[in-house]
Amino acid sequence: MAQINQNEFVKEVADKKYEYGFTTDVQTDVIPKGLNEDVVRLISKKKGEPEWLLDFRLKAFRYWQTLPVPKWGHVHVPEIDFQEISYYADPMAKKPANKEIDPELEKTFDKLGIPLEERLALSGTAVDAIMDSVSVKTTFKEKLAEKGIIFSSIGEAVKNHPDLVRQYLGSVVPYRDNFSAALNSAVFSDGSFVYIPKGVRCPMELSSYFRINARNTGQFERTLIVADDDSYVSYLEGCTAPMRDENQLHAAVVEIVVNDNAEVKYSTVQNWYPGDENGKGGVLNLVTKRGDLRGVNSKLSWTQVETGSAITWKYPSCILRGDNSVAEFYSVAVTNHHQEADTGTKMIHMGKNTKSTIISKGISAGYSQNSYRGLVRATSNADNARNYSSCDSLLLGSNCGAHTFPYMDIHNDTAIVEHEATTSKISEDQLFYCNQRGIPTEEAVGLIVNGYAKDVLNKLPMEFAVEAQKLLSVSLEGTVG
Amino acid sequence: MSSEKQYIDLYSEARQMILDHSSAPLNAVRDQAFEDFKAQGFPNRKVERYKYTNMQELFAPDYGLNLNRLEIPVDPYEAFKCDVPNLSTSLYFVVNDAFYAKALPKVTLPEGVIIDSLNRVATEKPEFIAKYYAKIAKTNEDAITALNTMLAQDGLFVYVPKNTKVDRAVQVINILRSDVDLMINRRVLIVLEEGAEAKFLFCDHAADDRNFLSTQVIEAYVGENASLELNCLEETHYKNVRVSNVYIDQQANSRVNHNVITLHNGTTRNMLNLVFKGEGAECHCNGCVIADKSQHVDNNTLIDHQVGHCDSNVLYKYVLNDKAVGAFAGKVLVRKDAQKTTSQETNQNLCSTKEARMYTQPMLEIYADDVKCNHGSTVGQLNDAAMFYMQQRGISVEEAKLLLEFAFINEVIDNMELEPLRDRLHHLVEMRFRGQLNKCEGCKLCK
Repeated sequence: MAQINQNEFVKEVADKKYEYGFTTDVQTDVIPKGLNEDVVRLISKKKGEPEWLLDFRLKAFRYWQTLPVPKWGHVHVPEIDFQEISYYADPMAKKPANKEIDPELEKTFDKLGIPLEERLALSGTAVDAIMDSVSVKTTFKEKLAEKGIIFSSIGEAVKNHPDLVRQYLGSVVPYRDNFSAALNSAVFSDGSFVYIPKGVRCPMELSSYFRINARNTGQFERTLIVADDDSYVSYLEGCTAPMRDENQLHAAVVEIVVNDNAEVKYSTVQNWYPGDENGKGGVLNLVTKRGDLRGVNSKLSWTQVETGSAITWKYPSCILRGDNSVAEFYSVAVTNHHQEADTGTKMIHMGKNTKSTIISKGISAGYSQNSYRGLVRATSNADNARNYSSCDSLLLGSNCGAHTFPYMDIHNDTAIVEHEATTSKISEDQLFYCNQRGIPTEEAVGLIVNGYAKDVLNKLPMEFAVEAQKLLSVSLEGTVG
Repeated sequence: MSSEKQYIDLYSEARQMILDHSSAPLNAVRDQAFEDFKAQGFPNRKVERYKYTNMQELFAPDYGLNLNRLEIPVDPYEAFKCDVPNLSTSLYFVVNDAFYAKALPKVTLPEGVIIDSLNRVATEKPEFIAKYYAKIAKTNEDAITALNTMLAQDGLFVYVPKNTKVDRAVQVINILRSDVDLMINRRVLIVLEEGAEAKFLFCDHAADDRNFLSTQVIEAYVGENASLELNCLEETHYKNVRVSNVYIDQQANSRVNHNVITLHNGTTRNMLNLVFKGEGAECHCNGCVIADKSQHVDNNTLIDHQVGHCDSNVLYKYVLNDKAVGAFAGKVLVRKDAQKTTSQETNQNLCSTKEARMYTQPMLEIYADDVKCNHGSTVGQLNDAAMFYMQQRGISVEEAKLLLEFAFINEVIDNMELEPLRDRLHHLVEMRFRGQLNKCEGCKLCK
């Protein structure tokens, strides 16, 4: 009996449409498809960049050309024709003369729940809204500037604070880092730039909202966050894309620099279009995210809720360079239908008395493949390094896969590293217990899954936690067999 | 010049010589193995399963090979008296890669049981051997297996017929004996028919202070309801390179207990590929490594659950001192139809010096939903509280350390079924920790 109910419910959930799949009819200035040095120069020119940045892009582009497409992940990235993608799309180019933003765009972001009018915004969150290759608006910029905080699109930052950008850009993720980082360095468009000066505690949550709209484009945003000594910032990132039959490429780079005694919290709710139930379309999410904990007593915390994208292949990482630095990684990755995720983290312990924690929860349903891949390395100088990793996987249905690939390289005798992982399905005892108390199976499953992910969801800022919980219930509830 | 060239040249030039001194079933797969080896080359460190050991470098030196099957003069009883007391094993010797037929134990094996030279049995019953030889050790999947298949001329063959139990444990001493640097390609084929039962202890010993490079491929077929205990103990020296690939196929309701113990060695890489082919089977794979100086020990396991209702347990423990390098990569693969699988994989390591390195990689790859799979891995030091407790009671730091390390390793040894072997290993491990010997006691060589 319960089996039948579950199956119906599974079908219902499976049929549920992606909520953010609409497109915005806005005149967008898209440069022709293709990638060559001229395109790189054109992007740089459109953004009015200085010579040094163009050089950086060209160097990256030339290096990228020498690289083979990586194949090592537990994902099946379809053959990407890099000449079939347009690398720059500007929805702002043809805005009405008397308006700051095209009303259509404003409506789009309203619909996504991201009001760009400051008076309407949730109190305490400043937003940098980015569509395709261009930052549409950054709210509360002035208010933040009073405290000396710089929060703007990276394009603007290059113009207004060239020295700061030049100092830090590519210092955490060099363009030679990997295939997609090299590509991003060559063609990156807007992302956010955040600088928190010494001793400042950012009074509000900063957030970026990324939206892919135009057809046949990719998004290559670049985010750079610098937290100077004794500062604190919490940064949120959200993303959606329209439903399209073809795959769209998202190859972003996020660099975070954390100086002495500073703390950065970076939270992501990733909800790119995952493709339809047959695995057609969807965003290819190939992202390089890395934090460099340069200062003593610095702290960086990554929290991610990954529910979207046809393919997610990313490892938000931490380099614990400063003594006593602390890094955390909390992740919930949900895959359904034909989604594939290969995600995890790298914790490179270099300083003394460094600590890292990894909590990863994978949930796979449908025909999806969900992998955790993580590296913990303690170098020979990393005395008293301490790591705890826990990776749990939940399998909902017999056609999906859950995999764990942890790597530990320990070169220090005082390091203590622990890893544990479990893979299981929802326990029948727990379901029975709930049923017994009058909770229907589908609700019970939702309850158990939410409880399972609680460790991670609790780490999200309030506004995001609500969204994430909603997302989880949509992506999952009842998908259990 | 890459390392594979000398082996390709060797085979091209000495093919006929190799064929002349071996039997048909072994020769039948040689050319294919050669092609596969040529196609693959030695794995570099980008090959996931060979990430931690540099094969190119290990196979680069120029070793001699005994392709003409010259008899190496040795009296194993003179050279070696590593009898595990009270175990009363049936003792066999393999000198380098040749089965030593002159000193067979005076025991009568149950009817139908064969323990003999692989080459001899292959000559007498070619069809029988051909049925099993190089079937699960696929040459197109692993370059070392391909190399071994291409060059191997002899080794050990074990056959236990249906419902037969070999009561006495079979101890096989692999003696490395040579006056020049030598490469050895040993082959072991074990066939346990339905309901058969046998226990083995393979001990690797180096009798000469030479550079040895040995490749070994063990293929074990474990039939329905059969039970196999396979213990491998390595006690060689720092000039020894050992590359061992073990392949085990388990049929329904069979049971395998596989233990790998590395006490002294140079560079060792042990690979285990265990496949569950029938439901209700279980395996216990344990390993312990005690390494110091510049020992390098790399254990790589793959447990492949192809069918449901099987249970796998993997436990590996390392104690690393000085500049020793330890690596453990274990994968449990649960295929789509392998429902009701249970699996536990544990790897625990003690690093005692700053220079010691440990790489660990416990992996799960799961495609079935109704499973219970766990893995855990730790790298750390001895518990301070425990050390303090002991010192408080008047135990010196060294002694306390030794006791705790010993207790740490003990968990692995206690999983072994042969009780006398367990006792013996307790003793050996303790001696090993005390650094008192480099050879088993009772071995004449070190006297």
